[in-house]
Amino acid sequence: MDKEKALLEIEHLKKSYDSNIVLKDISLDIHKGEVVVVVGPSGCGKSTLLRCINGLEDIQGGDILLNGEIISNRKRNMHLVRQKVGMVFQSYELFPHMTILENITLGPVKAQKRNQSEAVSEAEELLRRVNLIDKKDAYPRQLSGGQKQRVAIVRALCMHPEIMLFDEVTAALDPEMVREVLDVMLGLAREGSTMVIVTHEMQFARAIADRVVFIDSGEIVEENTPSIFFTNPDTERARQFLNIFEFDAVKGVKNK
Amino acid sequence: MQDLGIKVLFQGRNFIRLLEGLWVTVRISLIAVIISIVLGIVLGMIMTSKNPAIRILTKTYLEFIRIMPQLVLLFLVYFGMTKAFNINLSGETSAIIVFSLWGTAEMSDLVRGALISMPKHQYESGMAIGLNTVQVYKYIIIPQTVRRLVPLAINLVTRMIKTTSLIVLIGVVEVVKVGQQIIESSRLTVPSAALWVYGVIYFLYFGVCYPISLLSAKLEKRWNS
Repeated sequence: MDKEKALLEIEHLKKSYDSNIVLKDISLDIHKGEVVVVVGPSGCGKSTLLRCINGLEDIQGGDILLNGEIISNRKRNMHLVRQKVGMVFQSYELFPHMTILENITLGPVKAQKRNQSEAVSEAEELLRRVNLIDKKDAYPRQLSGGQKQRVAIVRALCMHPEIMLFDEVTAALDPEMVREVLDVMLGLAREGSTMVIVTHEMQFARAIADRVVFIDSGEIVEENTPSIFFTNPDTERARQFLNIFEFDAVKGVKNK
Repeated sequence: MQDLGIKVLFQGRNFIRLLEGLWVTVRISLIAVIISIVLGIVLGMIMTSKNPAIRILTKTYLEFIRIMPQLVLLFLVYFGMTKAFNINLSGETSAIIVFSLWGTAEMSDLVRGALISMPKHQYESGMAIGLNTVQVYKYIIIPQTVRRLVPLAINLVTRMIKTTSLIVLIGVVEVVKVGQQIIESSRLTVPSAALWVYGVIYFLYFGVCYPISLLSAKLEKRWNS
């Protein structure tokens, strides 16, 4: 695996807002078909990392490479890079003035100049997979949070991205809707999609990850396989972090 | 039924005169509205600028025009300009200037509000699906801004039309003034003329403003369905 060329390479990434340093020195390789879950306390910079990869933030040092090509801090044609990097946001951010189908086909038709009918049939196919085909002519406000998030995933998928970024996609959802979204992501993982997932759902992280990256205060503290990370992490900081979730779990059981 | 006041409407050219007065009202409103919408959109976009000098300047203009009663503005332009600068403006021109100044201020604030209320994430999710900046504005930002803006702008238009009745006071013969003339001239013969004439004027304003409100409601319904 190490010999193989990485799909996405992050080399010594530094990100700061004025004097506030968010990411200190992040280096991370992501291979094709790999599912990397990024965890860490809130404010540790994990969402910022995803935003840097997608070029929504410019970076103050280091490089980000996709297929060996530098994609960071580009002034021109960043939109062409973003067509290869799909991103799903915490707050779905569908376009409220368009139907579900229009939301999904906007990118393929306008950005990638694909054929309208071909884009529509692919969008319908994807909607069928996430059980939302009957909502294709609905508007986003008519959907529940979980349904909107599934549409947002389909919207990103329809661009045929080489890598998908998920930024706390279940954080804004009611608990009973979390599952339907996570199931879609598990399905993608099984099919071999390359994904970088930022999440607070530890059970889910354990189930889906090929590799867990633990970030604290802007640096990678531990990189490990999920089975080791969640049972017996190498670092003390990771242990403390995981304890927070343990405590929650025990309390949850007691209350029942 | 003695003393049918309604007959005053059909004496001579009275009704036609009222309609001619209405046309003056509509013409002044229409010109002022068009100027206000065009300048308001431009000014509203300028107002989203982060430059402090521009912000202070536009804010001052907005507050000044808004706080000042329209009547005072009318007097200021109509009488004040003549006295101070010896510029003789007709009542109608003064009215168009004042209502354009006022409408532009109000419109620009609506445009600014609609633009800044667009969540940052809407721009970002547009970019995330690979659209370039022009496409993000064309397909995502502008259509949503227009949808937010139209009901508010139409409300402003009806307010402007109604407020033009103030220009009676700078001597423009518009629909209310014509009404007053008719009432004055028939004060002795038809004492109840005021009720009938103002009643008709009410329906004339209603006839102009109501279709505009209907249009707004229809658009809103279509976009929210």
